Amino acid sequence: MQHDEVIWQVIRHKHCSYMAKIETGIFCRNPYNVTGICNRSSCPLANSRYATIREHESVFYLYMKTIERAHMPKNLWERVKLPRNYEKALETIDKHLLYWPKLLQHKIKQRLTKMTQMRIRMRKLALKTREKIMTTPRRDMKRESRREEKAIKAAVLDKAIETELLERLKKGIYGDIYNYPELEWNKVLDEEKQAAEGVEEEEEEEPEIEYVEGYEELEEEEDMEDFSGFPSNGSGFDDDDEHDSDGEEEDDDVEEQVVIHKKGKRDSRKADDVGKSKKKKKRVVVEVEQEDGDVRQTLKTAR
Amino acid sequence: MGYKRKKDDGEGEEMESEVRGRPSFNGAERRNVILPSMIKNKDKRAKVYAKQKHEKKVEKQKKIKARDAAEKLALELGEEPPQKQIPKTIENTREADETVCRPDDEELFADIDADEFNPVLRREVTPKVLITTCRFNSTRGPAFISELQSVIPNSDYYKRGTYDLKKIVEYAKKKDYTSLIVVHTNRREPDALLIIGLPNGPTAHFKLSNLVLRKDIKNHGNPTSHEPELVLTNFTTRLGNRVGRFFQSLFPQEPNFRGRRVVTFHNQRDFIFFRHHRYIFDIKEDKQSGAKGKDGVAKERVKPRLQECGPSFTLKLRTLQHGTFDTKGGEFEWVHKPEMDTSRRRFFL
Repeated sequence: MQHDEVIWQVIRHKHCSYMAKIETGIFCRNPYNVTGICNRSSCPLANSRYATIREHESVFYLYMKTIERAHMPKNLWERVKLPRNYEKALETIDKHLLYWPKLLQHKIKQRLTKMTQMRIRMRKLALKTREKIMTTPRRDMKRESRREEKAIKAAVLDKAIETELLERLKKGIYGDIYNYPELEWNKVLDEEKQAAEGVEEEEEEEPEIEYVEGYEELEEEEDMEDFSGFPSNGSGFDDDDEHDSDGEEEDDDVEEQVVIHKKGKRDSRKADDVGKSKKKKKRVVVEVEQEDGDVRQTLKTAR
Repeated sequence: MGYKRKKDDGEGEEMESEVRGRPSFNGAERRNVILPSMIKNKDKRAKVYAKQKHEKKVEKQKKIKARDAAEKLALELGEEPPQKQIPKTIENTREADETVCRPDDEELFADIDADEFNPVLRREVTPKVLITTCRFNSTRGPAFISELQSVIPNSDYYKRGTYDLKKIVEYAKKKDYTSLIVVHTNRREPDALLIIGLPNGPTAHFKLSNLVLRKDIKNHGNPTSHEPELVLTNFTTRLGNRVGRFFQSLFPQEPNFRGRRVVTFHNQRDFIFFRHHRYIFDIKEDKQSGAKGKDGVAKERVKPRLQECGPSFTLKLRTLQHGTFDTKGGEFEWVHKPEMDTSRRRFFL
C-alpha cells in the first residue's frame, strides 16, 4: 500500500540519519536526493516515484525509481546514461519522465543545469596549476627552530662580518679609499715617521724630546746615531731621506719608542713590529701630517 | 652447569660464580655501580643521585685546578705551557664530507666555468631581478618586498595576479631578467623564497624564517643606493658553492666601496643568515696587556663598526632544481628529506 506518508512522518519527526540541520536550513545528505533539502517532496525515502541525476567520472546518469519495484531494493533504481550534449540530455529527460509530476521534472532539469556548469568549471580548473599543501610534522618544525637558534649562537655574525671586512681592508681591496695609517702601516710607518719626525722637529720647533722607556732591547747607541746629524732647513729633506733609510736599516731589530711632545700633535703613534715594516716597505706611502704643513707637506717618501 | 634452577636462585648464582671464577668479579663490579634510576624509593634515589653529582663536580674541579696549576708552573719556569685543549664544537666534529671544495680541484673550476651564473659573475650581463609574491595576501609581505627592493639593486616588483608561475618565467625571460624571486606566504607571513635563475638557471626553494623588518630593528640605518658588497661565508661543499654563486648572481659585481654597504649571506649548519649592514672603520684605542702589547700602553687599532639596516632573515635550502621552475618534470639536484636530519653532525652546504 502507499505508505509514503507514514514513512515521512516517522522520518521527519523521529530520526533520519541523512538529515543535517544547520543554522541556515535543514539539508538531506542522501545521495539520491534531487535538491539536497530535507522536504516532503524531495525525500527519496518518502516518495515511491522519484528520480535523480547522479554523476560518475564526469558522466551524468538519470536514476529513476517506481513503486512497482519498491519490494526489490536491489533493482530499485533504473539508470539511464545521459548524452554529453546539454540539449540532447534535456530531451532524454523529457522522454523518460514524460508523465511524471511537473515538480520533479523541473527539479531534475535544474539539477542537470547546475551539474553541467560544475563540470565545465572543474575541467577548466584542472588545467590550471594549483598549490598543493604539504604538511610537516610538528616535531620537525620544532626541531628546526631549535637548531636555528643554536646555529645563530654558534655563528657570531657580527664578529664574523667584522673580521671579514677587516681582512678585506688589510688585503687592500678597498684601494685608496681609507687612509688609515693606524693599520698594518702603523707598524710599518711609525718607524720611519718617528725617525723622520724626530729629526724634523728638532730642526724646526725645538720640541722637548723625551725618550720614553721602550723595550729591553733598546740600544741607545742607535738613538744617538739617528739624531746625530741635525741638518739645516734647506737641505733638510735629502738628509731626512738619508737618515730615514739609515734609521730603517739600523732599527730592524730594535723597537724603540720616541715620544715627541709637540704642541697639539698627536703623539700616540707607537712603533711595534719592525719586522712587518720590512715586508711592507715597498707599499708604503708616508704621509706625515703636521700642523705647519707648508714646510713638510712635500715629504713623501715612496718606497 | 647442568643443574636445575631452584627457587633459591641467589645461591645458585653464587655457586655458578664460584665455579667460573673470574666472571664473578666482573659481575660484582657491575653490581656495585647502581644507576639511580634503578632505585624505586624516591627519597633514597634523590640522595644517591645528588651524591653522584657532587662527586662528579668535585672530580671536575680537581681536574681544572690541576690543569691551571700545571700551566702556571710552566709559565713561571719559562717553559711552554701545556697545550690547551680545544673544546669540541659541532663545527669541529662535523662529519667528513667528500663534496667539500678543495682549492686545487680542477673539476670544480671547470664546473664553475660552465655553470649558469657565469655571464653575470663575469660582468657580461648586469643582473636584473623581478620580485613577485604568491597568490595569497600577507600582512608583512609588502613591507618585506619593499625592503628587498632597497637591498637588491635593479629589482622590480610586479603584483602576482593569477598567472601561472611558468608563464611568469616566460614573461621574465622575454623582458631580459636574470632572476626571479617569488616570496611565498603561509598563514599571512612570508614563509618561503623561490629564487629562479633565468634564462635556464636553477630553481632554489628556501624556507624563510625569523624575519625582522627594518622598522623593528633598534638604531637601524638607512641604506643608500650604492651597490653593496657581498660577503658569503662558510659555503664549503659543492652544493654550498653553487648556492653561494647563486646569491652572488643576484647582485651586480661592481661593488661601490664608497657606499660602505655590505650584504652578508652566512652559512652556519645549513642555515643561511642574511644580514644587511652599513659599516665604517673606526680607530679605537684599546689597552692590551697580553702577549701582543709588551708595552702595556694604549695601542690604536682599526675596528669596523656595523650598523644594521634592512631586513634580516634566515634561509634554509629545501630543494635545488636544475632548470627553471618545473616541479613535475624537472631534475632535482638536491632535495631535503627528513631522513637527512638524523645525524647532528652532518651538513650539506
